[in-house]
Amino acid sequence: MLVYLGKFDLWNSLDDAIPMVENINIIGGIAGGILIGLAASFLLAGIGRIAGISGIVGGLLATCAKNEITWRGLFVIGLVSGAIIYRLISGNLPIQMQASGWQLLFAGLLVGIGTNLGAGCTSGHGICGIASCSKRSITATITFIFVAILTVFIMRHVFE
Amino acid sequence: MKKALTAYLCGTLFGLGLNVSEMINPTRVIGFLDVAGVWDPTLLLVMVSALVIALPLFSLIKQCTQPFFSDHFMLPTKTRIDLRLITGAILFGIGWGMAGLCPGPAITALVSLSVEIIGFVTAMLLGMWLSMQWQKRIDR
Repeated sequence: MLVYLGKFDLWNSLDDAIPMVENINIIGGIAGGILIGLAASFLLAGIGRIAGISGIVGGLLATCAKNEITWRGLFVIGLVSGAIIYRLISGNLPIQMQASGWQLLFAGLLVGIGTNLGAGCTSGHGICGIASCSKRSITATITFIFVAILTVFIMRHVFE
Repeated sequence: MKKALTAYLCGTLFGLGLNVSEMINPTRVIGFLDVAGVWDPTLLLVMVSALVIALPLFSLIKQCTQPFFSDHFMLPTKTRIDLRLITGAILFGIGWGMAGLCPGPAITALVSLSVEIIGFVTAMLLGMWLSMQWQKRIDR
């Protein structure tokens, strides 16, 4: 118990040390990126699959093969488990929405159609694809980041 | 069994990373995309540090003949930049910019049990399904 408390305090003091400046989280960003890079690498080394979330989830909708459902389902459950572990250690993280209800539903539909049609999202193209030096992924990543920047610009600075 | 456990642990690590980096918070993501506002470079840091790890490891892993717990690698085979890739990336970009959520963070954020996240993920799954049906019809 004492050891556990000790660890807990250490984590909290580390957490306090993280610069929580309004517009950048340096340590969180770097540490989180490293975790994501490791997760993608371990999945490739372990079971030979690409850690593209839209592909993994899309596969759940497309297949009935039991072993496919198993690893994909467990990966998705793992994502939520990671969030639960974070909450247990570090407390709740704010999830501040910027869009209204109907906008979120429409955006969700576009994200679903777009990632399926374009065969990848931020993780599949943006991390695994670029790490594989794939021309398709580099093109897709530049395209969706550019379009997303344009979308935010129009919504925030043109129509507001 | 090992395959299942690997998938679960990698998912957990990935989800943890999305939390540590605050990428499950749409405000952080939109802060990065809003280049004309008060710019938030956190997302860039996440991508760069993930790539610093994944680039060398991926090229190392791909030199192996097979993964640890599976017979072979299952890698994307397409190399051509086609209309579907570009159209998909454009539609995804619009949705991502509107909500500040992409598939990984959206699913991870289900932990909040918020109606908005559940609605977004449901719409996303519907979108994926619609796209699959449409592509099946075209490819037939």
